[in-house]
Amino acid sequence: MDAATLIQTVPAAAGEATSPRAMFASSGVQALLEQLDAELVGLAPVKGRIRDIAALLLIDRLRAQQGLQSQPPSLHMCFTGNPGTGKTTVALRMAEVLRQLGYVRKGHLVAVTRDDLVGQFIGHTAPKTKEVIKKAMGGVLFIDEAYYLYRPENERDYGQEAIEILLQVMENHRDDLVVILAGYRDRMDTFFSSNPGMASRIAHHIDFPDYSEDELMRIADLMLGGLNYRFDGDAHEAFARYIALRRQQPHFANARSVRNALDRIRLRHATRLFGADAAPDRDALCRLEASDVLASRVFAADGKDDLHAS
Amino acid sequence: MRITQGTFSFLPDLTDAQIRAQIEYCLSQDWAVGIEYTDDPHPRNTFWEMYGNPMFDLRDPAAIMLEVKACRDTFPQRYIRVTAFDSTHGTESVVLSFIVNRPDAEPGFRLIRTEEPGRTLRYSIESYAVQASPEGARY
Repeated sequence: MDAATLIQTVPAAAGEATSPRAMFASSGVQALLEQLDAELVGLAPVKGRIRDIAALLLIDRLRAQQGLQSQPPSLHMCFTGNPGTGKTTVALRMAEVLRQLGYVRKGHLVAVTRDDLVGQFIGHTAPKTKEVIKKAMGGVLFIDEAYYLYRPENERDYGQEAIEILLQVMENHRDDLVVILAGYRDRMDTFFSSNPGMASRIAHHIDFPDYSEDELMRIADLMLGGLNYRFDGDAHEAFARYIALRRQQPHFANARSVRNALDRIRLRHATRLFGADAAPDRDALCRLEASDVLASRVFAADGKDDLHAS
Repeated sequence: MRITQGTFSFLPDLTDAQIRAQIEYCLSQDWAVGIEYTDDPHPRNTFWEMYGNPMFDLRDPAAIMLEVKACRDTFPQRYIRVTAFDSTHGTESVVLSFIVNRPDAEPGFRLIRTEEPGRTLRYSIESYAVQASPEGARY
């Protein structure tokens, strides 16, 4: 981002001083953050960090107007958290947020895993990694489960080569792309401790907390709303109980588990309507009843280690 | 003799910022940008060597500039051009092509006169560089 584009994006503030607050509202960033608030439940630390980044980039514009040095900050990030806490969803949003803030030019997200970066034979990795990096330029490169890049047990693993190319690009092409690594907390910690170069080039480590039961309920309502379904009163209560029970069981994956549970409830809802004689009306097609929820095996399991809760 | 082929060739050589802006325009039109090089700049030689595949999947000029620079590093003494291919039905051809690198010395072309029966003369041209040495050692 050079000074010319900065000034271009702030047409109102040519001569007179602008208050950061007015600028915040007029730049569309405020609307964007409000939308984030509405569409993403919980995730306070994540939203806080996005707000901070937005503030910094806006203040940078003001500094540029005053002719002060404004070096765009390094925005490579690392998202850590348990399964289903919204890392990928936020990364998608982050690309859009950074585009609105004028930090990246195109705002597309290229999501990759180890397979897309690491080659199968000598000399295959570098072109493959560079191809992906070129594709992500002007946007965000999202590396899911980044710790798989580094396999300490195999010293001839080509992952190291991919990491080295990434490091170089993260340093030399900071204006061209933002790299976001994501993965589970403990394994990312191991990854960083064995790749200190990577750790030092990532300024933002954002931890995604687990959702509370209340938040999971709101997520369920949002998901159902998007699909034109709704719980009736009893079903709502039953689902709250379902979440409370399901959270105690192993392999609970936060929002992902909620989505799976909702999918299964929809199956049971469809079967129930299918068995009825009368033609279902519009309301019946949308309404999920308590019986749809309570048929779940989670209620029956009662403390048993049921890996395949339904 | 300075070779004038493709768009912008009567202008001074484009700077990197100008090349980048042109590429930005190509990408905004959904054209696939490719890089080609040659050491046989005869005007009828339309097929230059491709430097890698056309970049169908890139979204940002920064990535293509990287390729342009890599091509210049590999072939500093060749002609290099950037082409933009429009795949729209009915067009399906290169719609923009401009030179982004040329050798330091361009000796130019010789006019060849071929005598035909009946005192007819046929004219053609031949590059001094091309006839002087084999491919790869011309500039």
